[in-house]
Amino acid sequence: MSTVELAGELTIHAAAEQAPRLLAALEEKSVLRVRLADVTEIDTAGLQILLLTRREAARIGSTVEFRDASPAVREALAIVHLDPALEAMS
Amino acid sequence: MSFTDDDATEALDIFITEARELLESLEEGLLGLEADPDAAETVNAVFRSAHTLKGSAGLFGLSHLVSFTHVVETLLGHVREGEVRVTPELISALLPCADHIAGVIEGVAAGRLSATPEEETAGSALLARLTPFLPGSFAAAAPAPDDAAAPAGPGARGWRLSLRFGPDCLRNGMDPLSFVRYLGTLGTLDRVTIDDSALPEAADMDPETSYLAFEIDLLTDAPKPEIESVFEFVREDSDIRITPLAAASYVDYIEAMPQRDRLGDVLLESGAVTPTEIDTALRIQRERSLSVPIGQVLIEEGLADPAVVEAALSRQRKVADSRSGDTQTIRIDAGRLDRLIDLVGELVIAQASTTMLAAGAEAQGEVTRLIDEVRHSALSLRMVPIGMTLRRFERVVRDVCVDLGKQVQLTITGGDAEMDKALVERISDPLLHLVRNSLDHGIEPPAERVRCGKPADGSLRLHAYHDAGNIVIEVADDGRGLDRDRILAKAVDRGLVPATATLTDAEVYDLIFEPGFSTAETVSNLSGRGVGMDVVRRNVAALRGSIEVESVRGHGATIRIRLPLTLAIIDGFLVGVGPSSFIVPLDRVTECVELPPGPQGRDCMNLRGEVLPFIRLRQIFGIPGTPARRQNVVVVEQSGQRTGLVVDALMGEFQTVIKPLGPLFANLKGVSGSTILGNGDVALILDVGPLVSEHTDHERARQAPVPVG
Repeated sequence: MSTVELAGELTIHAAAEQAPRLLAALEEKSVLRVRLADVTEIDTAGLQILLLTRREAARIGSTVEFRDASPAVREALAIVHLDPALEAMS
Repeated sequence: MSFTDDDATEALDIFITEARELLESLEEGLLGLEADPDAAETVNAVFRSAHTLKGSAGLFGLSHLVSFTHVVETLLGHVREGEVRVTPELISALLPCADHIAGVIEGVAAGRLSATPEEETAGSALLARLTPFLPGSFAAAAPAPDDAAAPAGPGARGWRLSLRFGPDCLRNGMDPLSFVRYLGTLGTLDRVTIDDSALPEAADMDPETSYLAFEIDLLTDAPKPEIESVFEFVREDSDIRITPLAAASYVDYIEAMPQRDRLGDVLLESGAVTPTEIDTALRIQRERSLSVPIGQVLIEEGLADPAVVEAALSRQRKVADSRSGDTQTIRIDAGRLDRLIDLVGELVIAQASTTMLAAGAEAQGEVTRLIDEVRHSALSLRMVPIGMTLRRFERVVRDVCVDLGKQVQLTITGGDAEMDKALVERISDPLLHLVRNSLDHGIEPPAERVRCGKPADGSLRLHAYHDAGNIVIEVADDGRGLDRDRILAKAVDRGLVPATATLTDAEVYDLIFEPGFSTAETVSNLSGRGVGMDVVRRNVAALRGSIEVESVRGHGATIRIRLPLTLAIIDGFLVGVGPSSFIVPLDRVTECVELPPGPQGRDCMNLRGEVLPFIRLRQIFGIPGTPARRQNVVVVEQSGQRTGLVVDALMGEFQTVIKPLGPLFANLKGVSGSTILGNGDVALILDVGPLVSEHTDHERARQAPVPVG
């Protein structure tokens, strides 16, 4: 199992840098833990990186766990009715 | 859209007429708001005007008009919601927009169905001025969503939103998430689904491109345009669909709606479809085939719910069925009305002729009465209240005051007084001139007013009233008034008046209407009432009206325009000179007396102890032959001054249809038209004003001392 810490803003300004990092951390038949405690800001660009990571994980047969969502992340996910583990709530 | 067939052209004509009216109420409302910024009714009315204007422009595919008006409407929408406050600055920014729309509409009327480059430039500049008033970015304005927000109650309306943002929206600084967040402030987000199916393979993903789409059920009472306006800045690149959650409530609403003719109107009014959507549907309809009904396009494009369109269609059919019912007013072509008035005129002439032939017959009296009634009601068709014209000056006063840094309260009274539409239109310019003059030269700047012990705010009064078959319009201000001595000095200087002349105040003030007083330099020296006043008088005279001035130095001036109620038919007094006949407008005649015997050369007589100068029509019109042994004098009054017209015979009152004189006679003074008498003869209609003033000038030039006979 590997862990990735995301910190700072997860927005369009950081997306180009964070996306490859997350995708690279994915390994087949493994568990990737993504800690979101220090994410200060998230926008649609950030959200779609998380969603892409989740989809990629499913594709290669690994699991991704999103953990410790910061208040900013919680707020954003609540708006679109996703729980902090990135499962749809409704 | 090109208008080739007559129906379309006619529809466009109606649109233009309506648009002008909407604009008028828009402008009126804006001015009203300036005086009373909190008037909710006015805010609503103004918003509705802009909204309807945009909607109907959309129905005609006038996209340049739609896009411009849309921004104005959006801003007004914010005002209506209380998000934007009404300030003088806001009104100042909005009024030129109304002007711009008016210009565009006149362009459409002239056949330009898209914007000229100039219009585009001017339009963008105006819209740029509105931007600071628009509420800031939605994300910034939106407070954090409140989890405790009560869910909308049962039966609350709501919208299903399908949002597919443009791929570049993130790069352009628009975060789709912020839009969803903002929607949460408009109601309850009942269901949100993210559609990430557009996310590409990991290798192909550009992290800065937006791939997500959202399906949202929003429970809210907010009307559709308000929801739509949220997406204003991303609409171009995005695919935004908004459909009602409960089509049923729209069906009910549409069925309860007042009568509307067009499907688009019904749908727009119900709020089920927005103008933008109608616009889109019309575009698609044009691209496909005009034979596809607009309702079908709306359904197929997912812009409207089938049940809603069906309800609107049935509503429309019902309207068509009950069309004959309770219509209060109709619009008719002005040309047809003119034709009717002409015909009634001919009828009046023919009737005069039969009266001569069948004098005394009883049936004739009844016919006369009926024709008189027909004449009255035909003329009344063209009568409109003058208030509309007068209210337009609110804008003028406002603008001029802003320019000049003056404060002036405009009061309008008597707006109900009716007059001929043709007259109303033609008196507007002279009035405008008088109003400008009062503001510019009559009313002092605030500081000067305070120095003179007057309130800082000047007052300008427009007052209309009926008086003895005339309509009188007064422009009164409480400004400096006219400087009698300077006017007189100037007139003597210019040789208009002999230095020795003693003139009444009225005669002196009348001098400002002389052409010699209308140069710019004279104006600034002379409390300025001279600018183009000769033109004003000429225009008023052309309408068979007269103009007079009253003034108290230091306290203000009143300019009074007196006009006939209608241009077409007048009550005249028929007189004969030798073989010729003349008609004197009856409202100018005060009495008739016999000409006392006296020397031929004398041009005045004693009327109950007062000097009455008179004019010998025989002499003026060069009619040959010897005067009748017993001559008569018709006493006419013009601006308080009485003059006699010497004639051979008095033939009594005569209802007259005025035939305008041809251009050949345009310079003929003292005659305003002609008419055909019952026996087929032509009689000239005397224009008393110029006739008398011409004669007075002539007399003054002779400087003859006036003996009292």
